[in-house]
Amino acid sequence: MKVEALKAAAAAPEMIVAFMACLILVAALYMKKETGHKFTYGVSVVTLVFVAIQIMMNFSETGTTALNNMFVDDPMADLLKIAICLISAGVFVYSRQYNQDRGIFKGEYYILGMFGVTGMMVMASANHLLTLYLGLELMSLCLYAMIAFYRDDKLAVEAAMKYFVLGALASSILLYGMSLLYGLTGSLELSVIRDSLAGTEQGNVAVALAVVFIVVAVAFKLGAVPFHMWVPDVYQGAPTSTTAFVGAAPKIAAFAITLRLLAGGLEDLHGMWQQMLIIIALLSIAGGNIIAIAQSNLKRMLAYSTISHMGYFLCGILAGTEEGYSASLFYVLVYAVMSLAAFGIVLFLATKENESDQLDDLKGLSKRSPWIAFLLMVLMFSMAGIPPTAGFFAKFSVIQALVNADLIWVAAIGVILAVVGAYYYLRIIKLAYFDAPESDEAIKTNVGMSAVLTVNVLLIVAILPWIGSLLALCNQVISQFTL
Amino acid sequence: MISLSHYLVLGAILFGISVVGIFLNRKNVVILLMSIELLLLAVNMNFVAFSRYLDDTAGQVFVFFILTVAAAEAAIGLAILIVLFRSRRTINIEELDSLKG
Repeated sequence: MKVEALKAAAAAPEMIVAFMACLILVAALYMKKETGHKFTYGVSVVTLVFVAIQIMMNFSETGTTALNNMFVDDPMADLLKIAICLISAGVFVYSRQYNQDRGIFKGEYYILGMFGVTGMMVMASANHLLTLYLGLELMSLCLYAMIAFYRDDKLAVEAAMKYFVLGALASSILLYGMSLLYGLTGSLELSVIRDSLAGTEQGNVAVALAVVFIVVAVAFKLGAVPFHMWVPDVYQGAPTSTTAFVGAAPKIAAFAITLRLLAGGLEDLHGMWQQMLIIIALLSIAGGNIIAIAQSNLKRMLAYSTISHMGYFLCGILAGTEEGYSASLFYVLVYAVMSLAAFGIVLFLATKENESDQLDDLKGLSKRSPWIAFLLMVLMFSMAGIPPTAGFFAKFSVIQALVNADLIWVAAIGVILAVVGAYYYLRIIKLAYFDAPESDEAIKTNVGMSAVLTVNVLLIVAILPWIGSLLALCNQVISQFTL
Repeated sequence: MISLSHYLVLGAILFGISVVGIFLNRKNVVILLMSIELLLLAVNMNFVAFSRYLDDTAGQVFVFFILTVAAAEAAIGLAILIVLFRSRRTINIEELDSLKG
């Protein structure tokens, strides 16, 4: 076989990121320690932004498979990869000051991040169970290490251990499901699996078992109830810079594998997984929104808010229509931007002595830093799904997809629980604007970071005039979804 | 004659044992790591059995990749374990309870 037949160029973005990670790792060895750390940080951010631009310039019109059908380069993968790169670059910028204060501003931290991004990009383009698994593991292993990186902190190490054990369990469940699919269909390629599962009757126990394993593993990775136990612990225990990394881009990658496995490989078994996803989605929305009310730790509260967001995101997938998938895609992109901004604010407020991750730390924020308080307010409105923010349109399009798929009762429960969720988002605004500050210590100004934060938060509102074209892009990308 | 179903049952039993090992074991983190290894080996058993049955090598190639990833995973797991022991002087699972709420 000829090398050209591999069409390896389709995987150029992944190769650039992985190659640069290796190159930086070696190059930093020849520098002084401090310079090396700064060099790694700077070049990593530049590489990620460069790769995002490179993908934008070569945005695929249609899907092409490459590397013996193990890899697919379609518009959806391109869109997701751009988001993954830009959001991870944002996390790196936010994390700088925080990491410096805690002595974890090390080159290796950013190298792990770069490899994690490579894993996520591979997940976005996986067309074969093996590629999908390798991407997932590459991402997960980097995340475990990034959490344990803050090794002097008891909570971080404990969170890393919990995440490691449950993450490995989830990967094994996914593998078990994959092995059953392989046995049933004789192939590891998603398109072949779909073709050979076409016309399976509903009562087939072996197929149902495989579907159960896959759905459980996906729910585990997304952190949906009842497989959510790791989410609050990891979000709270991990250093906030890593929490921001775990909370944003991996969700986009998880969207990709959910879509490729369920809507791609298991397309014809829609009836089977829809039932399971309805239960998982509703439990997540209810559990996440209700338990979040009882939290006093901001990071933990954001973890429960993530769980409920994952529930809404699954609502679009379970609708099983193109409209639903594109609503989910839009939701996950908006969610990732919001989550990045939320942890960005927590990182901005953290000082060397104080993590600032208690809700009480936000008291009277408007007096200490009016601009950050305003950004926080916009962000909370968006997370609660109040118009005119992108968060509203994300929830709206998911609910609309549910209604059009004749799942009106699911949509109704989702809307009611969104109102419950609004309580704890609005409570944050109350704390920031109407309570007296507990300390009058001035918040240190970090011009670079507040500029990025401002762009990040205002993106949620400033996008409104173009929201129609963004939704249209999601629709078009999903209709080009290739397997 | 050993048939495909024998291997699948063995794989399922191994998988079951290790899941039970993860959830029942409340004492030692090292046993958790052993259970995780066994989980992956149970899956390997399935893949090899199916691969032989279907007369298709893709499953066996997958097993090689799983083995490699399992090695990387064990390395990271043990590294976290060492850091954990250094910061707490214990690897008892029941004492890993500072994160709650």
